[in-house]
Amino acid sequence: MTRLFVALATVAICLAACNSGGPDNDTPEPFASRYQPLPGNTTLLSGATILTGTGSRLENADILLSDGKIIAVGVGLDADGAEAVDASDKWITPGVIDIHSHLGVYPSPRTKSHSDTNEATSPVTAEVWAEHSVWPHDPGFVTALAGGVTSLQILPGSANLIGGRGVTLKNVPGRDVQSMKFPGAPHGLKMACGENPKRVYGRKDTAPSTRMGNVAGYRAAWIEAADYRDKMEAAANGEGEAPMRDLKLETLVGVLNGEILVHNHCYRGDEMSIMLDIAEEFGYKVTAFHHAVEAYKVADLLAEKGTCAAMWADWWGFKMEAYDGIRENAALVDRAGACAIIHSDDAIGIQRLNQETAKVMGAAARVGIDIPPETAVRWITSNVAKSLGIDDVVGTLEAGKMADVVLWSGNPFSVYTRAELVYIDGALIYDRNNPATNPVTDFSLGTSALTGGAK
Amino acid sequence: MNRSLSRLTIFAVFLGGLASSQTTAIVGGTVHTVGPAGTIENATIIIEDRIITAVGKNVAAPSGATIIDAAGKIVTPGLFTPYGQLGLEEVGLSAGSLDAVQRGKQFTAGFDVADAFNPRSTLIPVNRIEGVTRALIAPQAQGPDDEGNSSHVISGLAAVVNLGDQPEHIDRRAAAVVVNLGEGGSGLAGESRASALLVLRNALDEAIDYRANKSAFERGQRRDYEHSVADLEALQGVLTGDTPLLANVERASDMEVLIRLTAEYGIRAIIKGGTEAWMIANQLADANIPVLMGPTANLPSNFDRINARRDAAGLLISAGVQVGFAGSQSQTHNARNITQSAGNAVSEGLPWDDALRAITLSPAEIYGLADRIGSIEAGKEADIVIWPDDPLELTNYPETVFIKGYAISMTSRQTLLRDRYLQSESGKPPAFRH
Repeated sequence: MTRLFVALATVAICLAACNSGGPDNDTPEPFASRYQPLPGNTTLLSGATILTGTGSRLENADILLSDGKIIAVGVGLDADGAEAVDASDKWITPGVIDIHSHLGVYPSPRTKSHSDTNEATSPVTAEVWAEHSVWPHDPGFVTALAGGVTSLQILPGSANLIGGRGVTLKNVPGRDVQSMKFPGAPHGLKMACGENPKRVYGRKDTAPSTRMGNVAGYRAAWIEAADYRDKMEAAANGEGEAPMRDLKLETLVGVLNGEILVHNHCYRGDEMSIMLDIAEEFGYKVTAFHHAVEAYKVADLLAEKGTCAAMWADWWGFKMEAYDGIRENAALVDRAGACAIIHSDDAIGIQRLNQETAKVMGAAARVGIDIPPETAVRWITSNVAKSLGIDDVVGTLEAGKMADVVLWSGNPFSVYTRAELVYIDGALIYDRNNPATNPVTDFSLGTSALTGGAK
Repeated sequence: MNRSLSRLTIFAVFLGGLASSQTTAIVGGTVHTVGPAGTIENATIIIEDRIITAVGKNVAAPSGATIIDAAGKIVTPGLFTPYGQLGLEEVGLSAGSLDAVQRGKQFTAGFDVADAFNPRSTLIPVNRIEGVTRALIAPQAQGPDDEGNSSHVISGLAAVVNLGDQPEHIDRRAAAVVVNLGEGGSGLAGESRASALLVLRNALDEAIDYRANKSAFERGQRRDYEHSVADLEALQGVLTGDTPLLANVERASDMEVLIRLTAEYGIRAIIKGGTEAWMIANQLADANIPVLMGPTANLPSNFDRINARRDAAGLLISAGVQVGFAGSQSQTHNARNITQSAGNAVSEGLPWDDALRAITLSPAEIYGLADRIGSIEAGKEADIVIWPDDPLELTNYPETVFIKGYAISMTSRQTLLRDRYLQSESGKPPAFRH
């Protein structure tokens, strides 16, 4: 009773830095991050074209990394005793971040026994956490690293209206998920619009089987959550008894309190508009729409609400709600002043988010919208960090931030460019030209991963 | 009266211009012929009556030819997507007919997707404006539907089509018979890949028996077959070698079994998927079996693909295996992304010229159409793409596309959507902007 009172009082004033995992702050956070940066050297990469992620592009510039942090970015840096990396003719960006991945929960090999992404037994499963399904030995983590991905959000699938909590990871090999968890990152909540939930449950002859059934389902869940919150608060004020702790409602209350960020799978513009109204009705914010194939139709609305659109470059037509996909989508979102993100949702696509971005740049240029590299890079770095609530520590190359850095063989928006060096918290974790030092997952031992595959 | 007459005359002249011997000269570009002439700087291509009649440095444009200035541009053959379902579906899931998919056991090899092809599909302009001019369209196996009906191990007949906007789209019927081996086949044949192979053997054996005893069969004096006459007829082309088997297969051991089967029956095969093909590249080269693969598929996404690697395309081509690109994200709706496949193969070691060949001439050779298409050479049909710069770079899109000698319209449903939403607010809903 008393403990719950403390918890709720804390929750009400809690910002992103608070943990959202446990019932109160007296209890240790369950499944807390045990991430420890790998050992790294003080390193000076010099002479590169640097895209800072803040919108700037620096020529012939240097970046100094030490003690896991970015010490300085600029021209003519000097550091005695630092390991020197000649980066002339190469490009440097912040580590790539994917807002939408199922690595670990839908791993390779995709056997039935590994299908841990959709708890498709009830349309609202806010009580499940994707991190409890993450298999750290998914070879896809390593191949994503070769694509420059340093952080990623792992989400539950889209079978459910409310699928459960997502988790943000550092893309480091770990023997358990706790050692991969991004320290201090808020949880996400996966929600899904449209075809998937109504198809999954319609087949079972249970609600929802229509889009209107979907909307009724979200609203019922938020009504229940608000009631739980109110009862908890009343009990904390000595009015009535607190209900028994409920994992599902605890997660939803976390959203209503602004601690857990809503990541809403939603293809169609008209459905995004409805979801934004639901958010307004119950007093929460939609942080990002994912797979937002029609974001370009409501870009002004997204800008007004401060909601990001996470998009593929060109996936379309694989289902009806993806029929109106256009390659210029992200460019039109960006042009409207909304937050554009390129995401993967795919273990192959995550390896080249830079290339997906390039396709949009070229398509936009055809219609006179100039997206220079220093703008485009934000779609896979700083905008993503913002939507994951980790932009105070990653997403840009600025002094004091975590040294998550990629050295590319050239312009990252060329198809011929590859990530050559990837640093996470200042530790060199991937070196394309020195494969013997790169990580190999348990599963990949004895396979071609050692000779050119997942490495 | 007079006015309408003159309109009719103009219309007739216009039609005549389209249909008869219009001459076009593409002048000044860097032409990657993908033929013996290699790459020619500052070249001229002459197209007469839909056919390339000349290509070279010192070729003069005939008087009256329509001149297309390609100075500073890159010119390539039209791109060929060697596997997919273009024109056989609009939307993949829960949105109408998937004409590449047949379930139940009514037909196997005889199921011919050419008869379902829709040249007016909305998918076709989306892909052809990005340079894709030819496609293999293939039947596709799927697992059980709500009634428990699965597709068959033998999916049916594939065809080669052109993606032009003129009549006559089927370039080659019976371009392949699609079969499913390995894990994909086991799911369709009772949970063992051995059963899938037995299903294929039985079909070939029945086709041989039918060929030898056709008149007896027609008189009712031969045993019944499991396969229909349509299926047995379709398999005759496989037995003669005119129609290759197109086998969906990933694991090296399954490909080794396939190599032995082709030798035993004296038939030809093409591998689609082929994740582990690099492990037996020399055997495949010796058996003259091409591989249609995805150069970016580097993950062990199932146990048949456990030895996936990112540089497989280069390894296969350097061993002498003919390769086309058919990655799962560069088919059908996004067949246009074969340029991205090619570019990624280059970054993993494949020479650029080989990558361009893999998306132009190699598929034409694989399907027996290299005498007509696949390269910019005199006598071939004029499938030509003009690019502002390197076609494999992701930021470059074609400026002009010729299919069978005709410059296509560079619009698609996607460009129309784009143009509608590019416009600034007009005070009226978007539906009024068109």
